[in-house]
Amino acid sequence: MDKKVLVYSTPTCPYCIRAKQFLKDNSVAFEDIDVSINQAVASEMVSKSGQMGVPVLDIGGEIIVGFDKERIKTALGL
Amino acid sequence: MYDLIIIGAGPAGITAAVYAARKRMSLLVITRDIGGQAAISGDIENYTGYQFITGPELAAKFEEHMRRFDIALRENEEIVELKKTGDKILVKTNKGAYEARTAIIASGKRSRELNVPGEKEFRNKGLTYCATCDAPLFSAKAVAVIGGGNSALDAALQLIKIAKHTYIINIASSLTGDAIMREKINESEIVTVFNNTQVTAIFGDKFVTGIKIKREGKEEDLSVEGVFIEIGLIPNSEFTQEIERNQLGEIKVNCRNETNIPGVFAAGDVTDVPEKQIIIAAGEGSKAALSVFRYLSRA
Repeated sequence: MDKKVLVYSTPTCPYCIRAKQFLKDNSVAFEDIDVSINQAVASEMVSKSGQMGVPVLDIGGEIIVGFDKERIKTALGL
Repeated sequence: MYDLIIIGAGPAGITAAVYAARKRMSLLVITRDIGGQAAISGDIENYTGYQFITGPELAAKFEEHMRRFDIALRENEEIVELKKTGDKILVKTNKGAYEARTAIIASGKRSRELNVPGEKEFRNKGLTYCATCDAPLFSAKAVAVIGGGNSALDAALQLIKIAKHTYIINIASSLTGDAIMREKINESEIVTVFNNTQVTAIFGDKFVTGIKIKREGKEEDLSVEGVFIEIGLIPNSEFTQEIERNQLGEIKVNCRNETNIPGVFAAGDVTDVPEKQIIIAAGEGSKAALSVFRYLSRA
């Protein structure tokens, strides 16, 4: 039932921090992928989302660009 | 009908909300995001009480303080129109319509756009307005920073650590940022500054591959994969045609945060109050809420 949640982020990006905090507040387990240290995962994020802005959330295959709280809630069924 | 609608939840809007909540006003906060520009600031070393705090951390503290109170909050909502009809203030958004006896406009500022072809198309596809957020994605790439003031130099200094080469495209004849930042730029061998230079277009395929620049009357192409636009800020005040603004578009307020419309107040960076600082915006927010309280007790 639980969807796998990936967060592509950079350590300095405020909306990444907010998105991760939101997931923590809602007890959602996620994998944090730091795209600033690894070019391969950065390319993976770009090809998944078709753009270069962070954060990008992959919630069970659904790609959400930016900290879009409503879409994140819907995708997680919160 | 609410006593008060606050538009915006940056330092000014949140502080106004805290003050209004403590006065037990019925209150609605409508905002696009929480924290405003403070949330995307880097290091903050001049907010009294915190010798050092990052923008996101300070914004989180503001939010936590506001959420201590039971405040109606509508996030991710954009104001379309604000007008006064009779004694009511009507606020229309992209998601609904609301009424109140008073309003505080604390909608802040946003990044100014260049208005050149390709800018909208390539947004987040190599073009960004937030170096703090997106700079790490341009590791070992050539990038261009557009602008010549403090925010442009700040972006360039972040990029020096990451990018292969950084071009600064400055429309003025010299850089205007702080001397300490200009010195660092001049010392770097991987920065090229083009003064008296205009950007005329952004181009690319799926992502940015370059920009067109014009200097000394000649147009040329510059190959870059990243474009950081840092040409200042404009106030979010377009939804208020009846309100007096200065030539920068900032809402005119008096020392009590009153606008020309009775019952409509404004605070923070969206106003013509000199100096845009987090601590000033917060102080102005508290003043505006107290002025609203006086206004409501008179009415």
